[in-house]
Amino acid sequence: MKDILKMDIMTLHKHIANKEISCMEITAAYLQNIEKKDEKIKAYITVTKEEAEKRAKSLDERLSLNSNIPLLYGIPGALKDNICTKGILTTCASKMLYDFIAPYDATVYEKLNDNGMTLLGKLNMDEFAMGSTTTTSYFHKTYNPYDLSKSCGGSSGGSAAAVASEQTLFALGSDTGGSIRQPASFCNVVGMKPTYGTVSRYGLIAFASSLDQIGPMTRTVYDNALVLDAISGYDKKDSTSVMKPSGSYTDDIGKDIKNMKMGVIRQFAAKKINSQVVNTVNEAINWYEKQGVEIVELDMPSLDWAIYAYYIISSAEASSNLARFDGIRYGYRPDEFEDIDRLYEYSRSNGFDTEVKRRIMLGTFVLSQGYFDQYYNKAQKVRRLVETEFDRAFKECDFILAPVAASTAYDIKDAKKDAVAMYMEDIFTVPVNIAKLPAIALPGAMSEENLPIGIQLIGPKLSEKTLYRAGYAYEKRNSEVSHV
Amino acid sequence: MYKGYVMNIGLEVHVELKTQSKIFCSCPTLYGAEPNTHVCPVCMAMPGALPVLNKKAVEYALMAGIALDCEINLECKMDRKNYFYPDLPKAYQISQYDVPLCKKGFLDIETESGNKRIRINRIHLEEDAGKLIHNEKEETLIDCNRCGVPLIEIVTEPDMESREEADLFLNKLRTVLLNLGISDCRMNEGSFRVDVNLSVRKQDNFELGTRTEMKNLNSFAFIQKAIEYEFKRQVDSITENKPIEQETRRYDEKSRKTFSMRKKEDADDYRYFPDPDLVKIKLERDYVESIRKNLPELASKRKPQMMAKYELSSYDCEMLLTDMELAALFEKAAEYTKSYKSLSNLIISKKDSVLGILPEKLATIANMSYKELINAMTARKLIDMLLEKDFDIEKEVEEKQMGQINDEKILAEYARQALEMNKKAIESYKKGNFQAIGPIIGQVMKLTRGYGNPEKINDIVVKCLNDIS
Ligand SMILES: [Zn+2]
Repeated sequence: MKDILKMDIMTLHKHIANKEISCMEITAAYLQNIEKKDEKIKAYITVTKEEAEKRAKSLDERLSLNSNIPLLYGIPGALKDNICTKGILTTCASKMLYDFIAPYDATVYEKLNDNGMTLLGKLNMDEFAMGSTTTTSYFHKTYNPYDLSKSCGGSSGGSAAAVASEQTLFALGSDTGGSIRQPASFCNVVGMKPTYGTVSRYGLIAFASSLDQIGPMTRTVYDNALVLDAISGYDKKDSTSVMKPSGSYTDDIGKDIKNMKMGVIRQFAAKKINSQVVNTVNEAINWYEKQGVEIVELDMPSLDWAIYAYYIISSAEASSNLARFDGIRYGYRPDEFEDIDRLYEYSRSNGFDTEVKRRIMLGTFVLSQGYFDQYYNKAQKVRRLVETEFDRAFKECDFILAPVAASTAYDIKDAKKDAVAMYMEDIFTVPVNIAKLPAIALPGAMSEENLPIGIQLIGPKLSEKTLYRAGYAYEKRNSEVSHV
Repeated sequence: MYKGYVMNIGLEVHVELKTQSKIFCSCPTLYGAEPNTHVCPVCMAMPGALPVLNKKAVEYALMAGIALDCEINLECKMDRKNYFYPDLPKAYQISQYDVPLCKKGFLDIETESGNKRIRINRIHLEEDAGKLIHNEKEETLIDCNRCGVPLIEIVTEPDMESREEADLFLNKLRTVLLNLGISDCRMNEGSFRVDVNLSVRKQDNFELGTRTEMKNLNSFAFIQKAIEYEFKRQVDSITENKPIEQETRRYDEKSRKTFSMRKKEDADDYRYFPDPDLVKIKLERDYVESIRKNLPELASKRKPQMMAKYELSSYDCEMLLTDMELAALFEKAAEYTKSYKSLSNLIISKKDSVLGILPEKLATIANMSYKELINAMTARKLIDMLLEKDFDIEKEVEEKQMGQINDEKILAEYARQALEMNKKAIESYKKGNFQAIGPIIGQVMKLTRGYGNPEKINDIVVKCLNDIS
């Protein structure tokens, strides 16, 4: 028997369906690997060992030969710790929710359960998903599996690191301004940020409601599409969710990409980017061109403003979304307080860390009387401008190729440098969220320091199938990239 | 008018809509349940929970808007009003800020000097907050059952110029909402809450003065008293050269005064912005028209017909029309009797239980009342009895000797006995305390076992007292 940890979803699925490998064996293999590796990588906040073993056992018991089981039956997965799981700790990596056990399931978790998934645990992240380093977690930092002295990216850093180090077969992350794609790029995994509304946000602890989107993080494009199949679709509990296109997200995988049109944004080329990242992107462009893809150069000047609009809108929404953490109904609360205002003050001052407080203050400011038009309204105008510019761009091309991050994974000790400088790192990922588009991060190349470099494909709304198709073709070329 | 000043009153009325479920989740809206039993992750603001707008709440709000002749904003949105308070679990209230569902309506009231139009500025949709309960251990407990109950806020222009006009408006508004069947409008249960904005001005000066807002007005009577007090307070203040400050004032029932709660400069900055968890509300014109077409008939249209047909007073018709079922029962019973006034008195006095009674039975009781065969108390008692089981009314009255005692000789004898027993009351009456007659009349009624003719008893007792020198 081959190594279970190396098998993709379809392979495992066939083995399970044919009763060649049991769900318990698979779960045990992954739990063992977590035990072996996570002491150093620290991807998990909670490992649900007992629940997983119990679940796998019951899945095995219910399985009869030739029965029609869902694709994720017995497949091990893990969730970013901002996705609510009934009866299991959901902390958002914050002291504020250090002991919070959700009384209900997020829609995505419900769907994965219905599909037969075995939950391995909950994954580390930046506190309340605000950050791109996974170093602001209340519990611990997560380290890059390719180099433990490096950051794994963030905020879905635990998800990326766990997938990369075979501590789960797939993970869900959430992406508000790049939080799936950037860690995917740093950790050499496939990360999809779907079109806004594709995946229900019900049960995702909100950072910025109009930008947040849950997406799959996997080792392969095909696995990614399979997981998106399982978690997507209109949810009556989320008014902003949308109907899923018919068929499967795998439908166009393997189709020829010849004669597709690929856009390249002129403005992005002018940015300060690490030369190895530039090379990786250029190689990808050349490769696509060789496959018969037509390259279209795009002029999108408004993208320069997207980053500012992003920080205004996301902070504004966050300041309101995080107001419910008041120490009254759940979460951290001081033992002593003089009155209600002091209860609020102590709970929030001590429950939130610096970065979260910074964004709450920023958001409160931009929504204040007298500043609303100047900041929030102006940011909304930029948002519409960016959307229009993308709409125009997608009249000329099927998808856009772009870098994910300006550099490879940085030293973990540099992770807490100047906040504004960190914010500017998100220039390539943020416009996608602003315009509610889908984008996928794919493993591109390894740097001289043996650190992963990813590339990003961006498509028009609801074009996930196109992105999987183009991404799969690229992945095939790239299949020599191995996992740790 | 007071010292040459008049007042302008604008009202903000919060009305709880009686939809089955709350505005953003499927919890029931029922009043009076055990604390925190009608709650779920959404209305408790659990992390990650999302609101979904209840279509019925929009429909009810539209019904109010249409009935009050408002313009409907076919495209509007829900906004977040951010502030911290323990009864507000999300720390923001989902409401409507710059684009309300309905705007620019009106409601005409009938004042002594003729019809008057009160303009409605806007009606918007929002969610209610929870309730704080302060217990004897000086703890504050939170009940979230009311969190997320749908509300409409109806805001008028400052068009009312007396407490009577405010009272007329509120009564008529309440009737309209009851007719529509969209709210219980119970002030004691908080489903009809009124804030009063009041300012004063010199009678010949048409510019409005600085207004104050009064809160905590829990009954129509308190509203009247609060208006009266606040009007005089403002006029006195101005005539003493103390300018009025824009502020929120709380009405205190015990002292019947208003007290400053919060000055304008302390007002919260609510940091309103569109709620990103909810999509825009887009209404089809056809949908709004279908609501308009199916709107229940309003009392204001039925009232003149009813007054003419049954020769009833305006007040009686209004009372019957607060509930369309009551009005329908009246009309059915009126087919069996001509004693309309007695019938209407009977239905109004037993409006909470009368709906279970057959119309012909009601007519029989009304007839007997009109003919003075039974008194009003007996009439009401018969209704209670009929709710238990059905019987032949005339036979029952005869057998149980429930007929009204009209014989003046008998009543005079009872009066004599009663006066004998109440020497102190006689003295008090003679000293000018006319209320002292009450216990004497009560005593006579008791001697008739409750079947005496109240008017005759009153006349006889008054006569007897005046005869005593
Ligand atoms: Zn609820």
